[in-house]
Amino acid sequence: MGDKTRPARMLIRRHSLVTRITHWVNVLAVSLLLMSGLQIFNAHPALYWGQASTFADPWISMTKEEIGGEPRGITTIGSARFDTTGLFGWSGKEGMREQRGFPAWATVPSWRDLASGRRWHFFFAWLFVINGLVYLAWSLVGGHLRRDLLPTREQLKGRHILHEIVTHAQLRFPKGEAARTYNVIQKSTYLAMILLVLPIMVLTGLCMSPGFNATVPWLIDIFGGRQSARTIHFISAGLIVLFVLTHVALVIVSGFWNNMRSMVTGRYAIEVEEKSA
Amino acid sequence: MNRRRWLAAAGATLGSAWLAACDRLNNDPRFTSMLQGGEGLTRRAQRLVTDRRALAREFSPSDISADFKANGTTRPQDEDYVALLANNFADYRLVVDGLVERPLELSMAAVRAQPSRTQITRHDCVEGWSSIGKWKGARLGPLLDRAGLKPGARYIVFHCADTLEQTLDGSGQYYESIDLIDAYHPQTILAYEMNDATLPVRYGAPLRLRVERQLGYKHAKYVMRIEAVDRLDQIGRGRGGFWPDRGYEWYAGI
Repeated sequence: MGDKTRPARMLIRRHSLVTRITHWVNVLAVSLLLMSGLQIFNAHPALYWGQASTFADPWISMTKEEIGGEPRGITTIGSARFDTTGLFGWSGKEGMREQRGFPAWATVPSWRDLASGRRWHFFFAWLFVINGLVYLAWSLVGGHLRRDLLPTREQLKGRHILHEIVTHAQLRFPKGEAARTYNVIQKSTYLAMILLVLPIMVLTGLCMSPGFNATVPWLIDIFGGRQSARTIHFISAGLIVLFVLTHVALVIVSGFWNNMRSMVTGRYAIEVEEKSA
Repeated sequence: MNRRRWLAAAGATLGSAWLAACDRLNNDPRFTSMLQGGEGLTRRAQRLVTDRRALAREFSPSDISADFKANGTTRPQDEDYVALLANNFADYRLVVDGLVERPLELSMAAVRAQPSRTQITRHDCVEGWSSIGKWKGARLGPLLDRAGLKPGARYIVFHCADTLEQTLDGSGQYYESIDLIDAYHPQTILAYEMNDATLPVRYGAPLRLRVERQLGYKHAKYVMRIEAVDRLDQIGRGRGGFWPDRGYEWYAGI
């Protein structure tokens, strides 16, 4: 065989059955929550801060305007205005364009239908919450959180974190023994999603419910009022999208099939140096 | 590069197949009824954790929105209503009937003489916006007690003056319904004043329901008749309200 052969590969057990099942249920639930959420957003594509809407002054809005006798999609953020024709405000196939916040390919169903959007959203919100609770309970009791996700003292040193950021940016990924565990950037990102962004998503979502507001009036105050809660719900959704895009990109560049196999079968290949060689 | 193009093509194909599948599922009645299962779960969970008398947040006068939005019908064109409005509702009579011991017909003066409540509350539209307004009106509970609910009564239906959608069978007439928990809630009122003035037409004159703790479309405007019933499937298209008949949740506490 000679010296030029690839290093030996060894399959290790990477993901438990619970992690794998809850991961894929989450993929389904989060995708549909996002798309039905954009459908709901489209019913009133504007966001505000505080308890009530200030209709003349949203901090973000997507509208249609006639400019020079031609309809254009206009997105405003604060006092800035952007022409987003074809994407936000005015979209659809040429000749069949319509006024809508997010375009048809981003919503469930693709046509404007708030009632259906809400049905999808609430059903998959239940699935998402139950799935998340199963994962959290199992991670706490089974030690997944402590063992696999909490950064070690060694990983939290400034120099190590800096090194990880630099190698990540160069798309150089850990090999061998170091590939057995999550690195510090993975750990902190996953923890922030699991313990911060996703719970905020659920809580701000609950704040949209007038029945729940009467039950737990202080919750809505934490977020600064109902319209603030709606805004934070939207921003958190944006953070989730950002996370998913980065996550999928890194899954692809760091060994797509190996990563996919590990999240489906649980087995992950790492390269090992053979000491006897 | 080849691999990248392959991945992009695979992604695009999967994406459009996914969208088409979602659209098809959306139109499948069995799938819709599965999704609606979540709705029943939501209502039961909320009833379980919510004190049935818990009050909706009340605000201070400085919180009142100057730009309270008016949705749905804002100027009913129905003949009967136009005639009542022309006479400033002098001939208006609120009918309370159905499963009651003593059916009522009340003039606006009689409604105003009923026990009342004033509240500054946030109105949350199903579309996502909120406005804060001050409402004064007759409490629904004492009014129902005056008529005397029969034991079989389970829901209170509000029949409205406005036709929101022109249909051949008349099912475009606005109506709404609530259960007795919400009907007897202290903040459930038939409002005749908004922001210290007589209720304007665009907000539902002469009487509109305020059922705080539920979304805006439950707050029926232009209420003409209140009917106590034991079931909802005989009214309209059978789902308990104009918007519930069109796919929205009957229980709009969410």
